[in-house]
Amino acid sequence: METYTFLRQFADSWMLLALFIFFIGTWFWAFRPGSRRVHDEAANSIFRHEDAPAEDDGALTQDNNTDPEGQK
Amino acid sequence: MWDWIKIAVLGLVALLAALTANFARDLAYQVHALIVMAVAAGLFIYTVRTAGEEKPAATGYMDGVVRAGVIATAFWGIAGFLVGTFIAFQLAFPQLNFDFLQGYGNFGRLRPLHTSAVIFAFGGNALIASSLYVVQRTSAARLWGGNAAWFVFWGYQLFIVLAATGYLMGATQSREYAEPEWYVDLWLTIVWVVYLGIFLGTIVKRKEPHIYVANWFYLSFIVTVAMLHVVNNMAIPVSFMGARSVSAMAGVQDAMTQWWYGHNAVGFFLTAGFLGMMYYFVPKQAERPVFSYKLSIIHFWALIFIYIWAGPHHLHYTALPDWASTLGMVFSIILWMPSWGGMINGLMTLSGAWDKIRTDPIIRMMVISIGFYGMSTFEGPMMSIRAVNSLSHYTDWTIGHVHSGALGWNGMITFGALYFLTPRLWNRARLYSLSLVNWHFWLATIGIVLYAASMWVTGIMEGLMWREVDAQGFLVNSFADTVSAKFPMYVVRGLGGVLYLTGAIIMCYNLWMTVRGQKEVSAAAATPAE
Repeated sequence: METYTFLRQFADSWMLLALFIFFIGTWFWAFRPGSRRVHDEAANSIFRHEDAPAEDDGALTQDNNTDPEGQK
Repeated sequence: MWDWIKIAVLGLVALLAALTANFARDLAYQVHALIVMAVAAGLFIYTVRTAGEEKPAATGYMDGVVRAGVIATAFWGIAGFLVGTFIAFQLAFPQLNFDFLQGYGNFGRLRPLHTSAVIFAFGGNALIASSLYVVQRTSAARLWGGNAAWFVFWGYQLFIVLAATGYLMGATQSREYAEPEWYVDLWLTIVWVVYLGIFLGTIVKRKEPHIYVANWFYLSFIVTVAMLHVVNNMAIPVSFMGARSVSAMAGVQDAMTQWWYGHNAVGFFLTAGFLGMMYYFVPKQAERPVFSYKLSIIHFWALIFIYIWAGPHHLHYTALPDWASTLGMVFSIILWMPSWGGMINGLMTLSGAWDKIRTDPIIRMMVISIGFYGMSTFEGPMMSIRAVNSLSHYTDWTIGHVHSGALGWNGMITFGALYFLTPRLWNRARLYSLSLVNWHFWLATIGIVLYAASMWVTGIMEGLMWREVDAQGFLVNSFADTVSAKFPMYVVRGLGGVLYLTGAIIMCYNLWMTVRGQKEVSAAAATPAE
């Protein structure tokens, strides 16, 4: 089988299936049990370390973690 | 040791550039060789003078390069808007294609200068600066790679200067948004790979367990643009001493590659990258976390899975096979879903804080940018439908669509980010004036409305005029008929550009006074000096 035909058939069969499964997988991954806490944590990460990297204000990090509003 | 290597390399580059300038086969190549020679010689002298100096160990966030990026964004923004407004009036009043500028300053030469200046110079600098700011904050780590970030910044400015001057002298591949010739493309590839390196390096050494969603969008923008750029610019130079090159592909494959690139430049440069901005700056300015982090994950994967297929809708009714253009059309329509998912996520971040739209003009700017994002991502899929495209293609409707996305979404979110960043980067307590932000907001908004509305009218009008046939089947209108019919709308469009440009100038004054007109705040946990 010539390369073009092979790639063409592979693309609209197995590769399509693999990509589709990966994509659906991201939905299950996002909504997996126990993800809410991780996601809340990540969503609030922008309110930490505004002024300096973690090594410079290590102690401060822990305090801010629990603050849901993240007000500085 | 490193300094001596740099000195040797810079000296060699300056010498080779001088030789190249001597043997160059065309003006653009010669001028570019001279520019490279001047830059290399200047850096050579600088490195010699500072060689062997002790450099203090760097701590804290690396914000100097972000500050430079903010200045460059504002500068190129004004330059790009100015050229855009000028060429808008060139279309309305052809006398503005001055005789003495013929061959350098006429519409055909200035148009790519405008598009590249606003997309790559204004938008690109905004993306690089904001991504370097965001990745440090969300990784809680200093930028990886030290001065490599400065190489990226200045290397990118050199790319812009080479591209822009090349267009004026006619060095162009004639590929939309990919006009720079082969040697400029090679230079950008080097700069871009270093950019990817410092971004990834910072993520790798992050102190936060999670990679925040904005970084995912920025990373997809960097990786995909690298891929698009390399594939679409595969070309063979006619001579190593000249600017001309010939594309490695021909015919419909070449066209398809170009629009695969062209549409994903919109998708990953102007959408994914700016969504990275949205996911950081909107929650920060609203002082509340993003509406749904789960939605942001799905938004990301859906967007990058679907966008990459949408390119063929630029080639309806061409030599491209029907199945390919149908595929592009279908994916463009599916794309509506993730786009609006992202828009809802951005807007709903304000839920419970809607009053900020009234009280905070920066939030208002960000909200209207998300609104324009939603509007243009609805309009785009609609225009990709073959039947609609048969009316809209090659008309000014397309230009109106692009500008509602570019001026509305990209411009406004960038302005919001600049207003957010400037006081923080220069340690100022607040912006100089919120009422000037308000002025900027309204001037820009009215400018966009004038622009988009006039282009809808003129685009649909010319589309209908082009397809109008009489009872015998002859075309009713000549091309010149449509040109003269469009004149009033062209003037309105130009005025919209004037308003938008005025707003941006007000912004620059405001940012300048924020830094120069106010005293530095000496915060206890202040950002260390660079």
